[in-house]
Amino acid sequence: MEPYLCSESIHAMDLNQRFEDYIAADQKIEAKDWMPDQYRKTLIRQISQHAHSEIIGMLPEGNWITRAPSLKRKAILLAKVQDEAGHGLYLYSAAETLGANRDDLMDALIDGRAKYSSIFNYPTLTWADMGAIGWLVDGAAIMNQVPLCKCSYGPYARAMVRVCKEESFHQRQGFQIMLNLSEGTDEQRAMAQDSLNRWWWPSLMMFGPNDESSTHNEQSMRWKIKRFSNDELRQRFVDMTIPQIELLGLTVPDQDLKWNASSGHYEMGAIDWKEFFDVIAGNGPCNKERIAARKKAHRDGEWVREAASAYAQKMNAKASSNQTHAA
Amino acid sequence: MTKSQHIDWLLGLADDALILGQRLSEWCGHAPALEEDIALSNIALDLIGQSRAFFAHAGRLEGAGRDEDRLAFFRSDREYRNLLLVELPNGHFGDTIARQFFFDQFALVRYTHLAQQTFDPEVAAIATKALKEVRYHAAHSAEWMLRLGDGTELSKARIQESVERLWPFTGECFEEHATLDAAIASGAMPDRSQAQTTWNEQVEAVLNQASLTKPEGSWSQKGGRDGLHTEHLSYMLAEMQVLPRLHPDAKW
Amino acid sequence: MSNQSSEWPLWEIFVRSRQGLSHKHVGSLHASDATMAIANARDVYTRRQEGVSIWAIPAEAIAASSPADKDILFDPANDKVYRHPTFYNLPDEVKNM
Repeated sequence: MEPYLCSESIHAMDLNQRFEDYIAADQKIEAKDWMPDQYRKTLIRQISQHAHSEIIGMLPEGNWITRAPSLKRKAILLAKVQDEAGHGLYLYSAAETLGANRDDLMDALIDGRAKYSSIFNYPTLTWADMGAIGWLVDGAAIMNQVPLCKCSYGPYARAMVRVCKEESFHQRQGFQIMLNLSEGTDEQRAMAQDSLNRWWWPSLMMFGPNDESSTHNEQSMRWKIKRFSNDELRQRFVDMTIPQIELLGLTVPDQDLKWNASSGHYEMGAIDWKEFFDVIAGNGPCNKERIAARKKAHRDGEWVREAASAYAQKMNAKASSNQTHAA
Repeated sequence: MTKSQHIDWLLGLADDALILGQRLSEWCGHAPALEEDIALSNIALDLIGQSRAFFAHAGRLEGAGRDEDRLAFFRSDREYRNLLLVELPNGHFGDTIARQFFFDQFALVRYTHLAQQTFDPEVAAIATKALKEVRYHAAHSAEWMLRLGDGTELSKARIQESVERLWPFTGECFEEHATLDAAIASGAMPDRSQAQTTWNEQVEAVLNQASLTKPEGSWSQKGGRDGLHTEHLSYMLAEMQVLPRLHPDAKW
Repeated sequence: MSNQSSEWPLWEIFVRSRQGLSHKHVGSLHASDATMAIANARDVYTRRQEGVSIWAIPAEAIAASSPADKDILFDPANDKVYRHPTFYNLPDEVKNM
């Protein structure tokens, strides 16, 4: 989309004022509206990271599609991972309304320049991980995403409405897997507990660093891109999830977890932020594999994308020469 | 058609769909474009859905208490009845498209008949629904045959090679086989030579339009309907069946 | 930004959710040609029976009004209250109009 040239009567000051007024009045900013560069950059960064997370997130679960233990589970998992591709696509589209380009974003991802949710750098070792991911990881994602449906940037907010609508099936199918396992054989129950042990802490880390050490919080909150702090959302997730763990008859892998009756909240033990930053820095168990898989798919697909483009050009040329002849 | 032939025939229908669906699902997360990833998954989902319907029907007819999962996860490769074509590895995108194209054209002919036949009304119901899906699959694979065949020099060379490599596996769709002969005799399956002619015409039309050459060879690989498969199927089943085999008493 | 020949153009997708309603913008996607755009739109935007008809329009073919002209385009309609039925007071005797 062309950057638009403003009419002479409108000065930068007015534009900024109008933008601030919109934000203050909870009006959405739309693609072609004037916006501060930093707002645009923040959004492109956040939306593309979000899109990358969906796309990379397909891999750990995709890993189990061919081994799903029943045909029904196979269909559900495949539909779910397919949804992630759809979510990635909605989000890349939203980033494109800001002038970003999907190929550039993809390049940044496979060159290792872009970030994505670090949870997907953990391996999926058992079928129970399909349950834990749907239930905990998607559950945490929903916590993060529901407020984004009201984010100030229109195209992002609308993409998130669609994503959230589809995401609730994801969480339910995950919980159902855990439920079946916890009601199943001893081995299945052990599988469920083992999976919870491995995914609990990384899920809590998904909300990002503690508020005092998060770098992007304040400005994003002011611009209404972000509406709740990391810690607020994390607390909400813990309060909601603990009763579900109890329902499953599983044990929370946090010895320091306490119910605080006066605050009405659970108090959780300390999160190992070193692990979090190690994984972000590229040292998680699967960082390299995930990027390599994405890179391979992109490279292997290049000749196909080129062929389709070449074919389209030929067809267009043919159509326009036909038109010339007809005229 | 005897009852055991009837069941065998249904399993063939189910196995074709399941094995191809399983193969396509391997693409999930790895396709050439995000949009195509979603398209391939959709086709895989349709196929898995079709297989479930056929398995359920076969299981009921058999009356031995085998449900769809029992049939899918507890039969060995020697008991699988699918065409060799559908179990072949995905290869590159062109290989997958060529395999899909040949199969879709076959499925189109077969389901068109299945939807109309009166020998097995349940199959007719499944086929009526599946036919809509298969028409879409056939359009998808034919479009891609055109794009790859008439795209770049590289894509043309690759897809031509895929067509030739897969060609010997297409004859099995129309082979003479006791179960199928019985199915044809009872009106459950379309007349062999008519079906093959239709298939040939459709395939040739698309290949021509894609400026690809139809292979000359008439040799065809067979054995799938009797459980004699390529080396690939056993690996695929080992992966697919691992959990139910490891935990035979578990429910998922 | 990028000019790699392999990137497919962007299409804006409009879906009619059921007969009787107009097409509504749902998002965008990439496709090499119109046939693929429709097929992709079907798979991307109607997986849950969201539509009965699809329009795919090359993003670059859309002419849009400029946000800077929002005032001159749309504000003048503000004071034309007489266009709205509620502007007119009717005697109580007139029940339906």
